[in-house]
Amino acid sequence: METAELKLTAKDFVTDQEVRWCPGCGDYSILKQVQTVMPDLGIPKEEIVFVSGIGCSSRFPYYMETFGMHSIHGRATAVASGLKATRPELSVWIVTGDGDALSIGGNHFIHLLRRNFDVNVLLFNNEIYGLTKGQYSPTSPLGKVAKSTPMGSVDHPFNPLALSLGADGTFIARTMDRDPIHMREILKRANAHKGTSLVEIYQNCNVFNDGAFEVFTEKGTKKLNTLTVENGKPLTFGEQADKGIKLDGFKPVIVNIADVSANDLWIHDETDPVKASILVRFFDNPANENALPRPFGVFYKEDRFCYEDAMNAQIEDAIKQKGKGNLDDLIKGKNTWTI
Amino acid sequence: MSAQTEIKTDVVILFAGDSGDGIQLTGSQFSTTAALYGNDISTFPNFPAEIRAPQGTIAGVSGFQLHFGSVEVYTAGDASDVLVVMNAAALKANLKQLKPGGIIIANSDGFDAKNLKLAKFPDGVNPLTDGSLDKYKVHVIDVTKITRTALADSGLGTKEMDRSKNMFVLGYIYWMYNRSLDNTIEFIKDQFKKRPELIDANVKVLKAGFNYGDTIEAPMNRFEVKPAPVSKGTYRSIMGNQAAALGLIAAAEKAGLTLFYGTYPITPASDILHELSKHKNFGVKTFQAEDEIAAITSTIGAAFGGALGVTGSSGPGIALKGEAIGLALMLELPLVIVNIQRGGPSTGLPTKTEQADLMQAIYGRNGESPVPVIAACTPSDCFDMAFEACRLAIEFMTPVFFLSDGYIANGAEPWKFPAASDLPEFKVSFAKNELKEGEKFLPYKRNEKLARPWAIPGTKGLEHRVGGIEKENETGNISYDPDNHEFMVKTRQEKVDNIANYIPLQTIDNGKEKGKLLILGWGSTYGSIKTAVKEAIAEGYDVSHAHVRYLNPFPKNLGEVLKSYDKVLIPEINNGQLIKIIRDKYLIDAQGLNKIKGMPFTSIEIKEKIAEMLK
Repeated sequence: METAELKLTAKDFVTDQEVRWCPGCGDYSILKQVQTVMPDLGIPKEEIVFVSGIGCSSRFPYYMETFGMHSIHGRATAVASGLKATRPELSVWIVTGDGDALSIGGNHFIHLLRRNFDVNVLLFNNEIYGLTKGQYSPTSPLGKVAKSTPMGSVDHPFNPLALSLGADGTFIARTMDRDPIHMREILKRANAHKGTSLVEIYQNCNVFNDGAFEVFTEKGTKKLNTLTVENGKPLTFGEQADKGIKLDGFKPVIVNIADVSANDLWIHDETDPVKASILVRFFDNPANENALPRPFGVFYKEDRFCYEDAMNAQIEDAIKQKGKGNLDDLIKGKNTWTI
Repeated sequence: MSAQTEIKTDVVILFAGDSGDGIQLTGSQFSTTAALYGNDISTFPNFPAEIRAPQGTIAGVSGFQLHFGSVEVYTAGDASDVLVVMNAAALKANLKQLKPGGIIIANSDGFDAKNLKLAKFPDGVNPLTDGSLDKYKVHVIDVTKITRTALADSGLGTKEMDRSKNMFVLGYIYWMYNRSLDNTIEFIKDQFKKRPELIDANVKVLKAGFNYGDTIEAPMNRFEVKPAPVSKGTYRSIMGNQAAALGLIAAAEKAGLTLFYGTYPITPASDILHELSKHKNFGVKTFQAEDEIAAITSTIGAAFGGALGVTGSSGPGIALKGEAIGLALMLELPLVIVNIQRGGPSTGLPTKTEQADLMQAIYGRNGESPVPVIAACTPSDCFDMAFEACRLAIEFMTPVFFLSDGYIANGAEPWKFPAASDLPEFKVSFAKNELKEGEKFLPYKRNEKLARPWAIPGTKGLEHRVGGIEKENETGNISYDPDNHEFMVKTRQEKVDNIANYIPLQTIDNGKEKGKLLILGWGSTYGSIKTAVKEAIAEGYDVSHAHVRYLNPFPKNLGEVLKSYDKVLIPEINNGQLIKIIRDKYLIDAQGLNKIKGMPFTSIEIKEKIAEMLK
């Protein structure tokens, strides 16, 4: 009944600070969904910590009426690791962007995933550097013309989910700013997962990279270009849900559902690492002929021990074996002499 | 005929050989035994950066210098009385450190044609036989052969037998100084718990070395170095990094906090991590991060959560931590940054000592970013100063630099250790929710020490946000207001300056409180200065010694102290760093004595300068 006693609402998570993102920014939607979901999690707000790095998205903690830290560029993942190692009972949320997490903070990002601290990572991907006013980012498509690349970028972009899976992430998901219902669902599932939950959120930067994900988010094109995956259900998409994905060996192929039997379709299994590694590679340029649709949902989920639990278990073991440390014995050491 | 025993007040032994010869072990074993006997000791390990540099070459020579005496010793000694060399390269690299008439103990097997060539002696020249060592007492032993003979029935392979060579040498030196083998036998038993055949082998070789001295009618005297008349009490031997680790644990225990040590392996700081990771039963959490930046930022996260956060590194790693140190000082969270200095810049001389990161500690960040800096001056002082760094960090809610260096980090000395109950208490009080209805929590409202409250997650009603952007006074909200920024910069400076009111006054270590010459030192130069000043005073020079442990802020009376002398000399193992700060702050014409060779000062170098300045 504790949950009922809390009686928190989304409003309880709003701070007195004026939100200063550009009007029309996708960040507003994400903030709204996070504030909406929070009361449903049943966690007292003093037990929640939002940690961010630097970038537009990283202002996020200032707008959440919880504990929060706006740290330095790329390091939110490391800050959160130390916090979680010493305070495992807290609910820790990392807010980061494509530059923050994948460029300057790339190293901490992959190490967080492999260590599997029980935290949630909201990776706002807008494929551009917004706060520094419009340079290409590590997720910008090849050839991106931006302030620093007048002739187009020659950087091959990261596929963030393939990278996360490669770093042995235990919860890999994607959602988008323009689909609040889906986002709320994914946020709840990320919170419920024990381990590092990586949620990539396609977020529109309407000032420097407007429409980067239009084809996935707008009515006219969405159904044909996106694939919402649900555990235990076949991979289907299309205007009339008339298309599906079939695995030909390890190769995914698009089929017309009418042409195949229902058993032929790929059935999504969140716990299958091989299938997940194929699914994260659904990363075609939608303009290409026969491009695979871009998947959204929970790609992969695995139960694996968390760093902080193993760390604490070792401490308990050490106390069991040697007894709780005695400072005098420690200072004295093994060999002494008296004069 | 049995050997005569000659009484010595103090002796310096330098053990040298290939870095795989077990030299460090041999040296530290003799040190512990000497300390247990009651001698005062000081040690200086000196090893190459390469773990296994090419065998037999000068680059691969590892050394361990030990100074022990029936008198107080403050340094590992300027020159050695005894040079133990396992091969030709070790002799070549260290002969100039041997006093005229000194003793050389040489392993003849290390002087075969191959070793002589590797050590770059000209063809056909063997220093053991060509008379070039005539001014020394040379004792040649075929250590390899005797060791193999002693272990002929052990069933061990040649390679494994040869690994016990150092035990033969150690046994022989124990014979020379008439020492008990017990401590080392215990050590061997503990070390090879899982391989009893190696216990037998090593003990056998150790005893063989000792008995060799007895039976061969060694052509040299034995020596006696009586216990030192140090103050009464119970002692142990301690190395600087070990002392620092214990000091951190002690501080966490006294403060009632979890110790979190975030670090990335780096020479010569890693031993602190190794030591701390052994003490998990104190609840210590060591975190070997993916890089230096994660090491410090994870520590900041731990501090935000209410842990005693400590990060440790050496110069290059500290450079990487710079931005995060700035964050910690903006967040005004307690954080201890340990820098075990080494030769720089860049990778520099990783295994050699230097004091060249003082400027980096005091000034090495963007913006106006004052951070308190303190430094240990001896191995055991690392305990006190690591403890003190934690106290300052918590009481003043600030990052604090604790400086040590390779010399004292790896050096050892006897330590009259304190009882836990004698250590100062420093209570930590996390902020509580004492807000009245409608009142807002002010995370940057300061107390009389200008410290802000430490309000940790989990405290209902104190939810707040902190960050690296300039913040409004008291509320901590983001503020770009020009007057507020200037106010906050000045306040953060005032907070650090104000620490001068809470630290001990500068004392004179040795000599008069007014006079002709003051030697002002900091950090690991303590022993060399102490020895030099003591001798100079005995010879009638008007010279005093003061050693600064608090470098930012300085003790309140330091200016007065400096102005009580006609001249001030500042010896440093760098190109002149403290001297710049002293000149800047006190406008006095201090003179420098600088050595930048990756080696500590000898006391003679300082004494010569004293004589020159008082001519």
